[in-house]
Amino acid sequence: MQAGPPRLSGTGMTLAYDRRTIAEDLTVAVPDRSFTVVIGPNACGKSTLLRALSRMLKPTTGAVLLDGEDIQRRPARQVARTLGLLPQSSIAPDGITVAELVARGRYPHQGLLRQWSREDERVVEESMTATGVADLADRAVDELSGGQRQRVWIAMTLAQQTPLLLLDEPTTYLDIAHQIEILDLCARLHEEQGRTLVAVLHDLNHAARYATHLIAMRDGRVVAAGPPAEVVTAERVEEVFGLPCRVIEDPETGTPLVVPAARRPAAQLAPEPA
Amino acid sequence: MTVLRTPGGLSLRFRPRALAVGAGCALLAAGLGVLAVAGGDYPMTPADVLRTLFGGGTPAEEFIIHELRLPRLVTALLVGAALALAGAVFQSLVRNPLGSPDMLGFTQGASTGALVVVVLGGSSLALSGAAVASGLATGLVVYLLTWRNGVHGYRLILVGIGITAILTGVNGYLLTRAPLMDAARAVLWLTGSLDGRGWSEALPLLIVLAVLAPLVLLGCGPALRMLEMGDDTAAALGVPVRRLRMVLLAAAVLLVSFAAATAGPVSFVALTAPHLARRLTRSPGPNLLPAMAVGATLLVGADLLAQRAFTGHQLPAGAITGAIGGAYLVWLLAVQRRAGRL
Repeated sequence: MQAGPPRLSGTGMTLAYDRRTIAEDLTVAVPDRSFTVVIGPNACGKSTLLRALSRMLKPTTGAVLLDGEDIQRRPARQVARTLGLLPQSSIAPDGITVAELVARGRYPHQGLLRQWSREDERVVEESMTATGVADLADRAVDELSGGQRQRVWIAMTLAQQTPLLLLDEPTTYLDIAHQIEILDLCARLHEEQGRTLVAVLHDLNHAARYATHLIAMRDGRVVAAGPPAEVVTAERVEEVFGLPCRVIEDPETGTPLVVPAARRPAAQLAPEPA
Repeated sequence: MTVLRTPGGLSLRFRPRALAVGAGCALLAAGLGVLAVAGGDYPMTPADVLRTLFGGGTPAEEFIIHELRLPRLVTALLVGAALALAGAVFQSLVRNPLGSPDMLGFTQGASTGALVVVVLGGSSLALSGAAVASGLATGLVVYLLTWRNGVHGYRLILVGIGITAILTGVNGYLLTRAPLMDAARAVLWLTGSLDGRGWSEALPLLIVLAVLAPLVLLGCGPALRMLEMGDDTAAALGVPVRRLRMVLLAAAVLLVSFAAATAGPVSFVALTAPHLARRLTRSPGPNLLPAMAVGATLLVGADLLAQRAFTGHQLPAGAITGAIGGAYLVWLLAVQRRAGRL
C-alpha cells in the first residue's frame, strides 16, 4: 500500500484549550492521496483534531508531523503552501467580489514585489473553473446563495495550491442538494487533482459514501480507522454514537448505509400514557 | 485592479481608483494649505505664498511662512495622517467600524498624562512627554487585560469602553483639581488645537510616522487584509495572527499617543477618515493609504475653518472635527439604516 510514513500525521497528542483537555494521547495518520473523513458525536474532538493538524492549535504534548517535520516549528507561510484549511466560519469582507476573494488564496505565494504574477492569475481562474464559480467572478460574495458562497470559499482554498486540503464541516448550514454538490466537488478534487483531503462531516452516510478512509472518534479517542466498509458497522455506530441502527448496502454506491432503529417496533406503537 | 509586470518576474498590483483618491486628497490638501498659509494677521496672496516657498520672498514673508504658518500646516497634515492610519488599523483589527482610539480609551489615556502635568505644573515639553507615556501605558493595560491567547476584537472593544469610562472620570477629577487658568488651558488642549505649533512639535511625530507608516503599510498591510476574513482563515493562509495583532496594536497606540501629544486628542478624525476613504475608493479592505490622505486633508480643512470661519475668534481645530465628524457619523448611520444594514 503505502511506502514510508504519510505526509501528515499526529502522534501522542494532548489537545487542550486553556485548561480544558479535549484529547489525550491521540495518534492519527492521514494516508497520502486519501479522502479522509473524521466522524464522531458532538464534542468528541474532531474539529479540535483538525485545528491541531492545520497548525492552528499547538498540542500540549506530542506533535503533528508534516513531511516528517514538527508542523509548529515550520513558518506559517511555508505551511500554508503545503496545507490548506477551510475553517468552519469565515467572513467575506463587505462588497468583495468572487474573483477578489478567490485571489486572496494566493497570499502565501505573494510578496512585496511579487504581488500578482501570471501564475497567480492562472491559478485563480483554474480554481474558479474547478468549483464552477467562474461565471460569478464579478458578483459580490454577499449576494450569493449559501451553496455558491461555500464553493467560492473552497475555490479560495484551492487557489492556495496545496497538496493537502483540510475542511472543517464544509456542508453545515447547506440544504441536502448543496451538501451533495459540495461533496461531489470534494470527491472530484480528490480523484482528478490527486489532492489529499481531510474533512470533518456530521452525516455518517455522507462520510461512508465519499470517504476512502474513515476516522471515528469518541471522547477524544480514535475508536476505529480504516475503509468505510470496515469502520461502519452496526455495533461500531452504537458504540460511537450510542445509536441503535441497522447498516445496509447503499443501493446507489454499495457503501454502508446507516438506518437508525425505529423508536420501538411498529407493532408495539401505542398511545403514550398521560 | 491594475497590474504592472516587469520581465524579471516582479509584479505590482494597485487600484487606480484608490490612487486617484490619494492624489485628489493630496491636491485638495495642497490647495487648502496654500489658503491657510496665505491668511492670517499678515495676509498674503496665494502667489506670494508660492513665491516665498520657492525661495523668492522678503525676510518678513520668509519668517512668517517658514517659522509660523508652515509648521502649523505640516503639523495638521501629520496629525491627520497619523490619526487616520491608527483609526484604519483599529477598525480592521477589531472588525468593527466603531473601533477608533476615541472609543478604545487610548486618547483618554494620553489626556490623563497631559492633565497630570497641567495640575502639577510643567513645560509644554513635559506635557507632550506625559501624553505619550500615558497613552502607551493605557495601550499596555488594555493589551494585558485583553490578552488571552491573542487579542480578540470584541474583548478589545469591551475593555476599551471600560477603560474609557474610568479615564473620563479620572480626567474630570484632574480638571477640578487644576487652578482655573490651567484648567482653561487644559480644556483647550483636550479639544485638540494646532494653535502655535512649531517645528519642534512636528518633528517627533514626523519621525514616528516615517518609521511606522512604511512598517504598517508595506509590512502589515497585506496581512491585515487577510485578517478581515477571520483569524482562522488568515492563519490558514499563513498569517502569523498573534504577532501581527501585537505589532499593529503597538504601532497604532504609538501613532495615537504621539498625535495627541502634538495637537491634543483631536476627535473623530481617526473614526471618520477610514470610513470616508472606503466610500471614496469603493474597495473593500483597510484602505490604509487613502485613509491617511483623507485624514490629513480633513484636519487641514478643519484647521482652516477653525481659523477663518468665525471672524475675530479662533476655534480649536478639534471643535470643528468633532462637529463635522459627529454630523458625518449620524448621516452615515441614517444612510445605512435606510439601506437596511443597521
